[in-house]
Amino acid sequence: MTRNNKLVITAFLLPASILLIVFMIIPFFMAFGLSFTNQRLIPTPRGTQLIGLTNYLRLFNDRLFWTGLKNNFIFVLIVVPLQTAFALGLALLVNIKLKLSKFFRTVYFMPTVTTMVVVSVIWTFLYYPEGLINGFLSSITGGLWSGVDFLKNTAWAFPAIMFMSIWQGVGFQMLIFLAGLQEIPASFYEAAEIDGASSYQKFLYITFPQLKNTTTFVLISTTILAFRLFSQVYVMTNGGPRYSTYTVMLHIYNTAFKRLNIGYGSALTVVFFLIILIISLVQRGLLGEEREVD
Amino acid sequence: MVIKKRKKIFTYIILSLLAFFFFYPLLYMVMTSFNPDEMSILKNMASIRAFLPGKIGLQNYFDVFTRMPFGRFLFNSVFIVSSTIVIGLVVNSMAAFALARFTWKGRGIILAVVIALMIIPFEAIAVPLLLITNRLGWLDSYKVQIIPFIANPFYIFLLYQFFTRFPQELEEAAIIDGAGWFKIYWKLALPLSKPILSSVAILHFLMQWGSFLWPKMVTRGPEFRPLTVAMQVFFGQYPRHWGDIMAFAAMMTIPVLVLFILLQNAYVNTVARSGIK
Repeated sequence: MTRNNKLVITAFLLPASILLIVFMIIPFFMAFGLSFTNQRLIPTPRGTQLIGLTNYLRLFNDRLFWTGLKNNFIFVLIVVPLQTAFALGLALLVNIKLKLSKFFRTVYFMPTVTTMVVVSVIWTFLYYPEGLINGFLSSITGGLWSGVDFLKNTAWAFPAIMFMSIWQGVGFQMLIFLAGLQEIPASFYEAAEIDGASSYQKFLYITFPQLKNTTTFVLISTTILAFRLFSQVYVMTNGGPRYSTYTVMLHIYNTAFKRLNIGYGSALTVVFFLIILIISLVQRGLLGEEREVD
Repeated sequence: MVIKKRKKIFTYIILSLLAFFFFYPLLYMVMTSFNPDEMSILKNMASIRAFLPGKIGLQNYFDVFTRMPFGRFLFNSVFIVSSTIVIGLVVNSMAAFALARFTWKGRGIILAVVIALMIIPFEAIAVPLLLITNRLGWLDSYKVQIIPFIANPFYIFLLYQFFTRFPQELEEAAIIDGAGWFKIYWKLALPLSKPILSSVAILHFLMQWGSFLWPKMVTRGPEFRPLTVAMQVFFGQYPRHWGDIMAFAAMMTIPVLVLFILLQNAYVNTVARSGIK
């Protein structure tokens, strides 16, 4: 390699390297460091001290953190399987060769390019006691359904946000599944047809196993998105009523930004990151093993 | 034949019901935004009359412009998003080019670092980043919303994968012609990479345009506020004026929807790409 090339490589790498180091790598490690201090966002006369594991001990007794974490897990356990299954169903439907397939595909992905803040605003209106969702439920049950103020009701607020999140996000996973479906060689299906396989058998023995990698990816990425839950709960309920829609990200935001407590916010961040990391590793491990069995 | 036709009709019915489900809230937003009569919006929100308002007009749209500096918010968002994308394309593709087209000591390590960084969600660095940018005095500025989001390990990786597929002969021919590396990158690699560059631009657009948590923390006044935060602030003011809120939402959404419908093949390919590991 000539010296000239070394110079070229350095020049090409430099801008991205500096930016990634300053705005990603340093903050990432800083979060660990800051979590052992009582750092404030605005400097105080007392300055910043090392306080050992105090922040982590506090976290154990922080009921709001546990409420948020519990809600995040509930969200993941309900939304991830439902959304993944729904996305797969949509992809299968749109994959049927029909004249208007492309049109329907387009309509289904429209919510995914609509910003979450806007989606939250529209759905707040739809969820009003006299709103569209209540009107619809009342008309299909023949008036048996009496209106619910979805976002002000502790039992309904979180399911309402989950439903809306699926509406917004499912089109994206549908497109990922669609790409996976289109990669399955047509010859597989032709061979199965010669053997007299039913559509159900074709799905079970060809489509589903062939989509394993795609499904793994969709499950992991949807789980991580679910843990990052923030915009919709902030806009629609701000964690309420009575913390029924509170999440870890909302807690981090309130701690670090509202209460200016960077030290404790960093400890929360570290735990948040470790949870995401462990879950994605476990998920990958579990799904990876299944792949080897096949 | 009859069974096949029946099946087709059945499929179309299901497809249409689903289309209704996905499209209705967006249509609802648009129809409400054209209704200047707030009383009728509130009275008919669950009935078909929400779609057949007595009066139709642009009053809500004018209101949005008079009640707040909407033009300013729009400019802020467009400026922040477009500069992040353009600078990002150059910076990320340069790094990807160095990783893909040269063999050098330490290349494997850098590549491993880039891949490792892909796991870190923004939320895991937001708190220290808030402290850093605060100390730098960057709050309430464009740069605090642009500079940290230019370099992105995922986009570097996508571009890297694409660049490694170019045949070696391409560069050899260019070198014989006496072209320098920068020229090869700019005149040869980039023009050949339009599909992946547009994918990265699309992903970057969606990320930045919808960004809410970060601008919420780093903008205090309306001067540098992007549309997402402006929407949330307006939405939080009581009494809510739904006609205006929906007009704001429509102006923020319709141009993007039209853009993505026009570019839908690029979008579909982009999502497919983001799913390939």
